Amino acid sequence: MSILLFAESQQGKLKKGSTELSSYGFALAKQQNTTFTIVTINCEDADQLANYGASKLINLKMETKHFEAHAYATALAEIATKEDAKIILIGSSADAKYMGGILAGKLQAGYVTNVVGLPTSNDPLTVKRSVFSNKAFANTTLAGAINIIGLSNNVHEEISQDSSTTVEQQDVQTTAKCTQASLEQSEGKATIADADVVVSGGRGLKGPENWGLIEDLADVLGAATACSKPVSDMGWRPHSEHVGQTGKPVATNLYIAVGISGAIQHLAGVNASKIKVVINTDPEAPFFKAADYGIVGDAFEVLPKLTEKLKARA
Amino acid sequence: MNQPTYYELYKLLCTHNNLKIFFIFVFHLFLMKILVCISCVPDTTSKINFKENDTVFDDQGVQFVINPNDEFGLTRAIWFKEKVGAFVDVLHVGQASADPTLRKALAIGADKAIRIDTPALDAFVVADQISNYLQANPYDLIIAGRESIDYNGSMVPGLVAAKCDIAFVNTCVQLEIDGSTATATREMDGGMEVLSVDLPLIIGSQKGLVEENDLRIPNMRGIMQARQKPLEVVTAVESLAKSAIQNFEKPAPKAAVKLIPADDIDQLIDLLQNEAKVL
Repeated sequence: MSILLFAESQQGKLKKGSTELSSYGFALAKQQNTTFTIVTINCEDADQLANYGASKLINLKMETKHFEAHAYATALAEIATKEDAKIILIGSSADAKYMGGILAGKLQAGYVTNVVGLPTSNDPLTVKRSVFSNKAFANTTLAGAINIIGLSNNVHEEISQDSSTTVEQQDVQTTAKCTQASLEQSEGKATIADADVVVSGGRGLKGPENWGLIEDLADVLGAATACSKPVSDMGWRPHSEHVGQTGKPVATNLYIAVGISGAIQHLAGVNASKIKVVINTDPEAPFFKAADYGIVGDAFEVLPKLTEKLKARA
Repeated sequence: MNQPTYYELYKLLCTHNNLKIFFIFVFHLFLMKILVCISCVPDTTSKINFKENDTVFDDQGVQFVINPNDEFGLTRAIWFKEKVGAFVDVLHVGQASADPTLRKALAIGADKAIRIDTPALDAFVVADQISNYLQANPYDLIIAGRESIDYNGSMVPGLVAAKCDIAFVNTCVQLEIDGSTATATREMDGGMEVLSVDLPLIIGSQKGLVEENDLRIPNMRGIMQARQKPLEVVTAVESLAKSAIQNFEKPAPKAAVKLIPADDIDQLIDLLQNEAKVL
């Protein structure tokens, strides 16, 4: 038996969350007293994970160059069976959540998503996961012969290990169910899913023409930009930037909310972020109750100053 | 005058009682069949509390609604019905307390509701029941929300896809259907991907598939019609849960916000750097 981790890559390069996931994988293997194997697919820099305590690193070479959930799930199900995996560990990216259900179905495995820490008990396997859009946690037991843990972003410390990891390449053949017709991807820009900092704007910015203020601050911080629901509903910003209960979840180190009052649905979506800074003219805005730091002030004055000072500091 | 859609033609022909059964049969051969799986969740403004030693969700004073991600999918399905012709059924796995929510789905345009009568213990039970139903009742397009906003599992559509061995597109924000193929746009982290897939297909629906303003509020006529529409209660097949919630916890209360004067940006930067250590 072993623990099998799937580390995602994009265009051949490991995704940012893979080191956190690997650190969790090693801690989990130690806790379960078992071996730890990392699997990547079409990854060119997999050896970067060689010092995270895994005994083996397997890079699967697949003909489909880009991510295809059905092909990936089939390949992982096969390798999990071959390696006699008892726990499979995946992340929380859009791709991981897309593939996770298919993988669990294929393996008849137990599966939980949004897990926020190491298991609290081994018999039965019990994990804590966030539910009700971060308004609560549920201690959940898993009863599969194989179980899949989907780890939330930003919940485990990154710790590298001196390890003697062997690296293997294997060819796999699978068939895809979906054909990619086109792909549109923002190059080199931080995404809401894996950015350390997210700068988010609300109705307080008064119109899409003022979004330069948000983008300037995001640029200095290497941050992703996001927005509240009314802003995306009014078409000021694309839906893909809407964060909150019915939009994208945010679990970042620093979340800066500008001109967002903090409706309960918005707070639910961003609560998993570590530090929240709120800038709003209304001192009664509910977001101040959920924030760590707040400035009661006009975004149009505060933002340029903040951007300027951060630029000078860098 | 606009050309009548298949659906309008169908409605017209069906008014003639003798021909009705025949035409229903004929149109069943041509019109797409869509199944929308809906779950019934506390409305987004609900306060989340627990009872019985934090083991059970406290539904007192909570209003239940169609899960928003499912509703975006249902609205798109009704769009297909009205624009190109389709049969739209909704399916729920759960108990009779969800029937008013199913009636709402009928009132905004679904043709038939199916409730598989068993407690929805976890995603595996729900997916088993849906898959089993699909074996006997094939559909061209199956829609399930990307995730429910209560347990946030994001598991059901993928499990169903694997069990029924059909194609799945998650976080679907655009969907067009042409004959037996679909073009579906998937939202990824930091991008969009357009996929071409053969039917039958299951999608994980979310906002974008339709806009917030496209969502429908049932009108009186719809509500009256919904009473006449079928709501089938189906006996569940045996299936075992693979996970169980032992108890719930609420997040630890938060310390009070530190307010910083608007003219002292340096202090904010200092705190973020040295106290919070996030810069």
